[in-house]
Amino acid sequence: MITAERKPMEEILDFIKPYNSILLVGCNECVTVCAAGGRKEVGILSSSLKMAFMKEGRTLEVKELTLERQCDPEYVEELANQIDQVDAVLSMACGCGVQEVAQRYPEKMVFPALNTKFMGASESQGVWSERCRGCGDCLLGITGGICPVARCSKRIMNGPCGGSTNGKCEISPDVDCAWYLIWERLKAQGLEDKYEDIIEAKDWRPSWHGGPRTIIREDLSE
Amino acid sequence: MGNFEPVIVAFCCHYCAYTAADMAGSMRISYPANVKIVRVPCSGRVDTKHILEAFLNGADGVYVAGCLENDCHFKDGNIKAAKRVKYAKKLLDEIGIEPDRLEMVMMSAGMGEHFAQVASEITEKIRKLGPIPIKKH
Repeated sequence: MITAERKPMEEILDFIKPYNSILLVGCNECVTVCAAGGRKEVGILSSSLKMAFMKEGRTLEVKELTLERQCDPEYVEELANQIDQVDAVLSMACGCGVQEVAQRYPEKMVFPALNTKFMGASESQGVWSERCRGCGDCLLGITGGICPVARCSKRIMNGPCGGSTNGKCEISPDVDCAWYLIWERLKAQGLEDKYEDIIEAKDWRPSWHGGPRTIIREDLSE
Repeated sequence: MGNFEPVIVAFCCHYCAYTAADMAGSMRISYPANVKIVRVPCSGRVDTKHILEAFLNGADGVYVAGCLENDCHFKDGNIKAAKRVKYAKKLLDEIGIEPDRLEMVMMSAGMGEHFAQVASEITEKIRKLGPIPIKKH
């Protein structure tokens, strides 16, 4: 999923300071799962912002709406009958959702309430870790299902480097060395010889180094 | 300010604090009338949103009263409630409202006297803090 965290309240309040009414839009997808921008978080932020305004002797009108998916135009369309009733929009989606709303309603100021972080997995309740960088050319098939692009701090293709100690990365004792994990996984699978294969320099063009990316499925597109 | 009587909302677990409040009554121990009790099936039922809504609707102080550690009827609802209270305190701080207006307390069903004592202590603390600095509707 795409993970995100709420921005500091001060920054959010700074965005909406000039307005008296906002549409607070959540998203039912990834940000709901990572407890950053679902219906519940919309409710909590709404109450918090109202209180912050009341503290200044002001009243903030908040319309709360959580869309099924904020990164899809058909769901963003659901805001059409509400958008004129508010001064601005505060989105609790990832950056994709914020941009989708901003594109559909260019006459309105649309602000992000979250900082979009990474594509990750849930390690345990309330803990999410980065797992994928969307490099566009997946290596997991040859690295024992552990990604050196997302999980090696140096993104090296043939590790580990000299900074790996007792399975941990030199940047922090809390960070696993991805290449240590890869080695252990391959060893457990009896695939040590795979580890000997040299991975050639990675072509980063399928990643964002080649500019903004688009996927076109001709059988589906109009 | 001298005549300020705080409104305090106490979310009380049915299995401990609510029964303790009942016990206080049976023991004829009085506690401040400022405390308005909301009975919940478990302190773990109390969400951050409930806490914020209580403040938004006029509470000067809020506390969540759950079972003693390792005594929760639903295993760890009280621990979850304590974590939420901690989170809500941070939120209050971020919007410029004293986090001390919110507390998590733990007690057993038999602690009637303790319930009254906690109610009095929290009422006094909130009285000192004064009215919540948000204009009420």
